[in-house]
Amino acid sequence: MLNIENLQASVGDTQILRGINLQVNAGEIHAIMGPNGSGKSTMAQVLAGHEGYDVTGGSASFLGRDLLDMNPEERAREGLFLAFQYPVEIPGVNSTYFLRTGYNEMCKHRGQEELDAMDFLSLVREKLKLVEMDESFLKRSVNEGFSGGEKKRHEVLQMAVLEPRLAVLDETDSGLDIDALRVVANGVNALHSPEKAAIVVTHYQRLLEYIVPDYVHVLYKGRIVRSGGKELALELEEKGYDWVKDEAVGAAV
Amino acid sequence: MSESTASQPAADKSSDTQTLEEFASREYEWGFVTDIEADSAPPGLNEEIIRFISAKKEEPEFMLEWRLKAYRQWLKMEDPTRRAPSERWAKVSYPDIDYQSVVYYSAPKKKELSSLDEVDPELLETYKKLGIPLEEQKMLAGVAVDAVFDSVSVATTFKDKLSELGIIFCSFSEAVKEHPELVKKYLGSVVPTTDNFFAALNSAVFTDGSFVYIPKGVRCPMELSTYFRINAANTGQFERTLIVADEGSYVSYLEGCTAPMRDENQLHAAVVELVALDNAQIKYSTVQNWYPGDENGVGGIYNFVTKRGACRGHHSKISWTQVETGSSITWKYPSCILQGDHSVGEFYSVAVTSKMQQADTGTKMIHIGDNTRSTIISKGISAQRGQNTYRGGVKIMKNAQNARNFTQCDSMLIGDRCGAHTFPYIEVRNPNGQVEHEASTSKIGEDQIFYCNQRGLSTEDAVGMIVNGFCKEVLAELPMEFAVEAQKLLGISLEGSVG
Repeated sequence: MLNIENLQASVGDTQILRGINLQVNAGEIHAIMGPNGSGKSTMAQVLAGHEGYDVTGGSASFLGRDLLDMNPEERAREGLFLAFQYPVEIPGVNSTYFLRTGYNEMCKHRGQEELDAMDFLSLVREKLKLVEMDESFLKRSVNEGFSGGEKKRHEVLQMAVLEPRLAVLDETDSGLDIDALRVVANGVNALHSPEKAAIVVTHYQRLLEYIVPDYVHVLYKGRIVRSGGKELALELEEKGYDWVKDEAVGAAV
Repeated sequence: MSESTASQPAADKSSDTQTLEEFASREYEWGFVTDIEADSAPPGLNEEIIRFISAKKEEPEFMLEWRLKAYRQWLKMEDPTRRAPSERWAKVSYPDIDYQSVVYYSAPKKKELSSLDEVDPELLETYKKLGIPLEEQKMLAGVAVDAVFDSVSVATTFKDKLSELGIIFCSFSEAVKEHPELVKKYLGSVVPTTDNFFAALNSAVFTDGSFVYIPKGVRCPMELSTYFRINAANTGQFERTLIVADEGSYVSYLEGCTAPMRDENQLHAAVVELVALDNAQIKYSTVQNWYPGDENGVGGIYNFVTKRGACRGHHSKISWTQVETGSSITWKYPSCILQGDHSVGEFYSVAVTSKMQQADTGTKMIHIGDNTRSTIISKGISAQRGQNTYRGGVKIMKNAQNARNFTQCDSMLIGDRCGAHTFPYIEVRNPNGQVEHEASTSKIGEDQIFYCNQRGLSTEDAVGMIVNGFCKEVLAELPMEFAVEAQKLLGISLEGSVG
């Protein structure tokens, strides 16, 4: 589904991604772990097409198309979803209206019929249960005045509505208490299916107790320095990131 | 924030010895003769032209006298556009206006039509293209239309229905003929002829506009709507609008403007006067999208408008709502004089400046009566090389007990070549007056746009959505059908300003 080869990206003169290789197939959940500043979030942003990053080398294909050739909205419409680490507020824009506009863009792209306000409302109401959110959310402005936990749930709600082929969750667990974490994880799990895939970016192993990955990759200084099964996460938890850091340094010497 | 300077250095003004007075009192050099049959006056302004306009409109003597008096006052007034840049108080700049090149009167060929069938099909076609449903749809929409095409009203609908309630809604020319006593009583009572240079000019040469009178205790059952358009090349438009809401009455008035592409700058100096008596309410909504000029500011409309409402009676209320997206230069301060005790003034505004547009707009709230209240919500959006200035005055007079004002003034910037400026003037002379002022400036975030992109929205749709969200409180004040139009307009106005 997603095939990344030697992907390099920088911000200004600072190179952040120094050659990422990753293959994600349908039905798989991949966890990307790593210490702060290793490039995890950059990778997520680059996949979604954020213009603040320059792709300086490598390639990425998504569902057989050149991902890097598509603008952000095309990537989204093709089914790549990014759950933001810091969802932005859009004052005055009603959440339901925002979500419906996005949803209908996807429909247009797929040649499906768009939903009117009433039909969409019943769709959203269904999805709200998944993230245990109150209907009052729908009347509020996008992320405005939301608590950290509410913002993250709202991201998962959007994911539930848009039903992406590939979901990239960027530190969705950060700032969540244990209950919110459970809710978010349950949502993500419920949305998973053999046709879909997910990349879960996280700093802590904690989230992976709820969302069980098929593969775990450790990102350090812009490269994947280690890959393994879910047990790698536990090993990391136990030994800390210094362990991979030392190893990476050792390998480089 | 920096002071604006003239956009073209051109004609250094100090050596420009030709004073306006000489200019205006000069004999018309192409040998003008008053030709009552002519469809338009030759360009230029003098007393002859004013007599011509008045005669064309078959006005009573008092009207002609009123015009001439205004004209003579105007001659003595200083053109604020010719002041040295350092002495200009408005943050706008433009080349000098040649008042002698303006055509002050032009009428469509056909007049006095009794039904829409008689209206020039081409004209109707133009209206259709502009999306102005002048025809039967209007009945369903419940909007009566008094369309001003160039200077003469071509069609007025719904009049009969309104007249059953005693409501007068007609062209200004008609009001002068049919209701001279009302015109005499209220014309110039809110905006005196000497108020400012452009109001004086308007008073001298206005050709038409709308007149509304709502009798005591009547609630106008529909939104009254006038579509102003500027069409004939080089025709300055000087509309005059007067709305009088008698005791306990209510009226909602909509004003919407569109204009086709044009090469030359066009001067537009309208005057709008509102009078609300005891317990009366007037809601005045404007959507303005006149031609803003091209990327270099060439060809746009100059919009120098004087709009003012007087809350004369106790518990009266005047509410201005405006969405301003057009014109190359806007200079406009819809204001409220809160004379009556417990009267309320409101101003809700969205002003968009893109390309090379300049807007200096805001309001004045003058608190005179006791327990008067005013609210100002202003949203300014600047994009490309647009310059957007909010200028607002809140004045609480000495005898106004317990007056209150709340002002919220937000600016949004798109890109890094535009500007937003805020000049609030607050004058409180009564110790128990309460004034609140909140202001914010934000930049439309790339992160906001990216977030929308990531949910499948194009950048243009994203900007439209973010801007509409920003303006929500103001758009909510517009009548439904107008709000939809205004939302679309905001998106269209900012097309191509991001990315």
